[in-house]
Amino acid sequence: MSGHSTFEPKNPALKWFESRLPLVGLIHSSFVAYPTPRNLNYWWTFGGILSLMLVCQIVSGVVLAMHYTPHITLAFDSVEHIMRDVSYGWLIRYIHANGASMFFIAVYIHMFRGLYYGSYKAPREVLWILGCIIYLLMMATAFMGYVLPWGQMSFWGATVITNLFSAFPVVGPTIVEWLWGGFSVDNATLNRFFSLHYLLPFMIAGVVVLHVWALHVVGQNNPTGVEPKSAKDTVPFTPYATIKDGFGMVCFLIFFAWFLFYIPNYLGHADNYIPANPLVTPAHIVPEWYYLPFYAMLRAVPDKLGGVLTMFGAIIVLFFVPWLDTSKVRSGVYRPLFKQFFWIWVAVCIGLGWLGAKPAEGGYVIAGRILTIYYFAHFLIILPLLGLFEKPKAVPASITEAVLGKNRGAAPASAGVSTPQTKG
Amino acid sequence: MSTTMSFRSASFRSSLLRPLAVAALAFGLAAPALAAEGAPKPPREEWSFAGPFGTFDQGQLQRGFQVFKEVCASCHSAHLFSFRNLAQPGGPSFSEAQAKTVAEEYQVQDGPNDAGDMFDRPGRLSDRWPSPFPNEQAARASNGGAYPPDFSTLAKARTYEVGFPGFLIDILTQYQENGVDYIHALLVGYEEPPEGFALPEGAHYNKYFPGHAIKMPQPISDGQVTYSDGSPETTDQYSRDVTAFMMWMAEPHLEARKRIGFQVMIFLIIFAGLLYFTKKKVWKSAGH
Repeated sequence: MSGHSTFEPKNPALKWFESRLPLVGLIHSSFVAYPTPRNLNYWWTFGGILSLMLVCQIVSGVVLAMHYTPHITLAFDSVEHIMRDVSYGWLIRYIHANGASMFFIAVYIHMFRGLYYGSYKAPREVLWILGCIIYLLMMATAFMGYVLPWGQMSFWGATVITNLFSAFPVVGPTIVEWLWGGFSVDNATLNRFFSLHYLLPFMIAGVVVLHVWALHVVGQNNPTGVEPKSAKDTVPFTPYATIKDGFGMVCFLIFFAWFLFYIPNYLGHADNYIPANPLVTPAHIVPEWYYLPFYAMLRAVPDKLGGVLTMFGAIIVLFFVPWLDTSKVRSGVYRPLFKQFFWIWVAVCIGLGWLGAKPAEGGYVIAGRILTIYYFAHFLIILPLLGLFEKPKAVPASITEAVLGKNRGAAPASAGVSTPQTKG
Repeated sequence: MSTTMSFRSASFRSSLLRPLAVAALAFGLAAPALAAEGAPKPPREEWSFAGPFGTFDQGQLQRGFQVFKEVCASCHSAHLFSFRNLAQPGGPSFSEAQAKTVAEEYQVQDGPNDAGDMFDRPGRLSDRWPSPFPNEQAARASNGGAYPPDFSTLAKARTYEVGFPGFLIDILTQYQENGVDYIHALLVGYEEPPEGFALPEGAHYNKYFPGHAIKMPQPISDGQVTYSDGSPETTDQYSRDVTAFMMWMAEPHLEARKRIGFQVMIFLIIFAGLLYFTKKKVWKSAGH
């Protein structure tokens, strides 16, 4: 869709450059002239918000790395040095720590939006899978980042998560030692996690470029799920989407600032202000909130290997959603049954998150098992069957009809109400 | 047993570390951040530094420093705390001369000198707060096996479980005083053990400590520290003051954070308003 640029430089120097590398034309066709469906709602602003958060994390992270020391005897104190002695170090560090959570809040909303409006369906399967890869990279990056302050939860979280790989038969223990660079989580582990934590965000940025490229090839989905059919169905990216995304981003930043300035430690663990101590285990080893649903699934299975496979399977299953959903109708708006099951599934995810923070005992484990089964049933049973049995509502012929048809329906009604008032 | 609680833990941990960890807990040496099940929730106190416009009470920080220096610092270290911090903005607001006087009361080891010898000299503003014990082993040996935790980040390293739906409401009310509420409650929470409670040898009963058996004896009692500003010389007042001081020590830029936060909020809200009306105007022409 972004194929031919309408951009024609007037300036002779720019003309010279453009005929050798059409960079400005590419930017123009991707972010100015690019046609976006006219009916996008605010759930569609989270793509832009995520780009903003990635930049925010990379910039704040690069500054933090200038002051941080990846050594087990110095890491904790160097983070506190940033908090105390570096100019505005407390601000940069809290931006980075809370920014990670905001990144995940935005990505979860972005994914839920894609799942609700069927944004994974043909021809957007590759776009969806690239998104899943970004999500996986984000999880790895965030996990390694949380280890760097070398607090108690850093150390024990790293110990628990790396130990998961020991569940694999034969090669498990070798993999774990290879990950650690030794026989326990130690200085070698911290040092390589720092290196990888610096590397992975740039890999994310690379996949984001592919993600945006794929998006610009197939075009954006929209709330109706009907592809744009004429020029009337779309508006140019600038100014329409730019200003809307901008407004969405600033609203999101207000939410971010609330946590950053007023409750900066709310989303973290108090235990991580205790320096790492291999001899003292915290009473509860709990991962960061964004892993909690998967942590609940891990603990729901009574077998260690089974738990690990279930946890990874919960993410892997997302890659296959384009083929598990058999419905011909793309958007959930016109799928009355799917809509209900979608919200049940959202509630199940939140429920799993809550259980992940609870001790693995008694009723919590039973609830965890039921919700884990439901999570998988949603993808493996409900989605395929819904497409076969559900009677979808009538889908509008075009985006314009969906937008203006609504207004046409509303216009006479509002006129009818206002007429007596003007008379009276 | 709390070690096995949150994870099917044993199999995931190094078999070498686990017995040590369990032993540490059994001796009451562990300092879990979360209050154990069954311990009452600490009451929520009024703190001058709470809320969006919170600031430290300088008088309180000065009194808290006095309590820390005269009582707590004889066992607890604060290795991230420097004398110069006493005179920095947003803190107890001692003058630089006063902070210097405090530093000079302490002898700090320096060196080696040109002859290769270590020597003692009076403290300077740039020095860190001297630790009461040379190492962890010495601290444990003097404290019945328990290691008095370092004060530097302690006010942020303690909390208690709020539960549902309180933890969601705390986002809206900006409640971040879990640590100080717990520490204050702990300091005034010493009681006679209830009947039938088996208190281990050398431990003391505390209502708010996870498991109730704490190695630290009641650290402060009425009249122990003489205040010069006429504030009540009670255990409750001492513990309030020293807890506020600990909060400042753990978060020395709290005031700047809240002040800048308010400026950022005002900017963002006005910016969002402008964007909203611009967006409305732009989209009007799209006819929708």
